[in-house]
Amino acid sequence: MEPPVNSSNHPHVEFEHVSKSYDGRTLVVRDLNLSVAEGEFLTLLGPSGSGKTTCLMMLAGFEAPTSGAIRIDGRSVHDLPPRKRDIGVVFQNYALFPHMTVGGNLAFPLEVRGLDPEQIRERVRRALELVRLGGMEDRRPGKLSGGQQQRVAIARALVFEPRLVLMDEPLGALDRRLREEMQFEVRRIQRTLGVTVVYVTHDQQEAMAMSDRVAVFEEGRVEQVAPPEILYEEPERQFVARFIGDNNILYGSVVGVDGDFCRVDVGGGIVKAFRIAPSRLGDRVAIAIRPERVSLAPKPGVYHNEFDARVEDILFLGDHLRLRLTVCGHSDFIAKIPNIVGHGAVLEGDQVRIGWLLTDCRSLEAPGQE
Amino acid sequence: MAGALRKPQLRAAALVLPLSAFILATFVAPLVTMLTRSVYDPMVADTLPETLALLHDWDGQSTPSEAVFETASREMVRAREDRSLGRVATRVNRVESGLRSVIMKSARRLHRVKEVDSWREAMISIEPEWGEAKTWRAIQRAGERITTRHYLHALDLQRDADGSIVLQPPQRRVYLPLLKRTLAVSLGITVLCLLLGYPLAYLIAHAPPRRANLLLLLVLVPFWTSLLVRTTSWIVLLQTEGVVNDTLVALGLIADENRISMIYNMTGTVVAMTHVLLPFMVLPVYSVMRTIPPLYMSAAASLGASFPQAFRRVYWPQTLPGVGAGSLLVFILSIGYYITPALVGGQSGQLISNMIAYHMQQSLNWGLAAALGSILLGCVVALYLLYDRVVGIDRMRLG
Ligand SMILES: Nc1ncnc2c1ncn2[C@@H]1O[C@H](COP(=O)(O)OP(=O)(O)OP(=O)(O)O)[C@@H](O)[C@H]1O
Ligand SMILES: [Mg+2]
Repeated sequence: MEPPVNSSNHPHVEFEHVSKSYDGRTLVVRDLNLSVAEGEFLTLLGPSGSGKTTCLMMLAGFEAPTSGAIRIDGRSVHDLPPRKRDIGVVFQNYALFPHMTVGGNLAFPLEVRGLDPEQIRERVRRALELVRLGGMEDRRPGKLSGGQQQRVAIARALVFEPRLVLMDEPLGALDRRLREEMQFEVRRIQRTLGVTVVYVTHDQQEAMAMSDRVAVFEEGRVEQVAPPEILYEEPERQFVARFIGDNNILYGSVVGVDGDFCRVDVGGGIVKAFRIAPSRLGDRVAIAIRPERVSLAPKPGVYHNEFDARVEDILFLGDHLRLRLTVCGHSDFIAKIPNIVGHGAVLEGDQVRIGWLLTDCRSLEAPGQE
Repeated sequence: MAGALRKPQLRAAALVLPLSAFILATFVAPLVTMLTRSVYDPMVADTLPETLALLHDWDGQSTPSEAVFETASREMVRAREDRSLGRVATRVNRVESGLRSVIMKSARRLHRVKEVDSWREAMISIEPEWGEAKTWRAIQRAGERITTRHYLHALDLQRDADGSIVLQPPQRRVYLPLLKRTLAVSLGITVLCLLLGYPLAYLIAHAPPRRANLLLLLVLVPFWTSLLVRTTSWIVLLQTEGVVNDTLVALGLIADENRISMIYNMTGTVVAMTHVLLPFMVLPVYSVMRTIPPLYMSAAASLGASFPQAFRRVYWPQTLPGVGAGSLLVFILSIGYYITPALVGGQSGQLISNMIAYHMQQSLNWGLAAALGSILLGCVVALYLLYDRVVGIDRMRLG
């Protein structure tokens, strides 16, 4: 299949101030601004009902935005019906035509484009080989396993060589092992063909594993768009910090501001943190600290934050220990300690000293506070 | 163990017992009686047993022997006395028309004759027909207990002089043309119902729930209205002085003296029956359409198909089980339809079932009526088997 072409320097896909309401009252998508580069793998990640599918359907042309514009290659697609957008769509429930064979399903988009039979047969064969289902042309979709059906659905969305492919939770119905295998597979195919993919999932690990960038959705709004590492290391919103990986969240009020840093009174002590939310003295903020960035018995003076803590319980997980601590009156503080100290070095009820770096500790907006 | 298994089965059987009894009494028994009647008719055989026994050895060409004449006249006179001769004469008459009066008149005369030299002479002098072989062949045929003559009759076949089966001469064929007409009209009505019902079912299946319910209600209203009311409404609408003609005349589209005859002919039958049978097409098609996820059409559009392409390649094939069920239903119902053609069909709009009714009620030729009914039943079964072979009956969706 041909490498993608982009003659202009527009992003491949742009959402510009896009809002959507189904009933005219509640906004399901609010003022969405998002751009996707040529050949990029962008994932829309968010909890159920946050508007991911709606965004995809607007891009595919099945729903119209209530306001704002969607552009492909810099051109507004407002007046373009779905069949003219040339976008491959993989639906959540596959939507394979049950009365056609696998070959028939794949040939369908080529037949409606009027290709000659010889060419169609060749392209179908190649598309099936791409998803490692070579020779399955004559099977009925209903007789295939879930994973195979999924591959057929992907092959069908690719066989007419669209430059843009949308996938709505394509792996949602598969079991864990198959899912991980398919994540790898989808990524491989995307890299091979160089197509732009907009992918929807509510599984954060899937998003992290596959994407160039992830857009985190919450109630119709994009909270943050960033590559997976950045999303993990540098969450900008409390929702993102909670949604991506584990985070300890401590609430408190700002008692000192010093450029990029601030000091926050969390009740039983003062925490020094990166000042992400533009907070002023007295503002309520949320402090996010990753459990694996917490150190046990730190060398004095190395860490900016040091506290006394009581070990409430310990989970021995082989390569690491998971401690539940009480720190500054907060009893659900989690610390993941790599197992270099050995089993029995820390016991329940011990008083310990813990610490973490200023840079591993971010002060974010607290709910009801912008 | 076996007892424990059998108990629920027994209970299930007990639950459907009343229904089974009902079906047995009102459906199976009449059906069996009808099928029997179409091939079994002991009337003549029971009344003229000795005559028929003697005719058994007759060569079928010459005039029968004196013994035959003597026995026949004795049995005819006795039958006249116990009043069964009329029914015998009717049956013989159906084989060879004209013989009813011959038999009745001869029996009346022979009754008074006490002693003669030759019964043969006596009978031939009463009615010369007794001297002809075909009269006796007719009695022989009518005397068959198990008989195919009703079926032959129903298929416009007859036996010629040497007993082989041939078609009736064209001007005397009645039932085959009628059967052909019935099948053709039924096919036409089925196609009409499909053309009218499919878009309607589509509309209902894709309407928002409230409107869909309303539309469905409108489809069902005819079901809840008396068939007679519906049929007479068509008379009001379609008759020469009816609403449609009046309107057309008032609009100046047709002249007053050229009013179109739309009722009491085939047009009336087709229009009224299509109306009556439309729900039987709409409901199964609708119920299949409702199970087709709209996602398929979206998928087809995203793959580049226009609506007509998507419809033809993706939607229509998936509705076929409903189309099959609806068509089969409408077709089967219309080949046996009676009341509507009887009321609005006039002369040219009659179907085979009207002929069956005629033989049941007017001519009282129940054997022929039963044979015609069985042939109709055979058509339905054949159609069902054909459908099963081609589409598979398990793919049929009635709702
Ligand atoms: N066709 C529709 N008509 C009315 N409301 C809709 C429609 N589709 C979605 N919604 C509403 O819009 C909101 C967002 O739905 P959407 O399907 O985009 O969420 P999602 O992020 O894809 O969720 P999920 O992960 O469960 O698929 C939901 O509250 C949903 O009820
Ligand atoms: Mg969704």
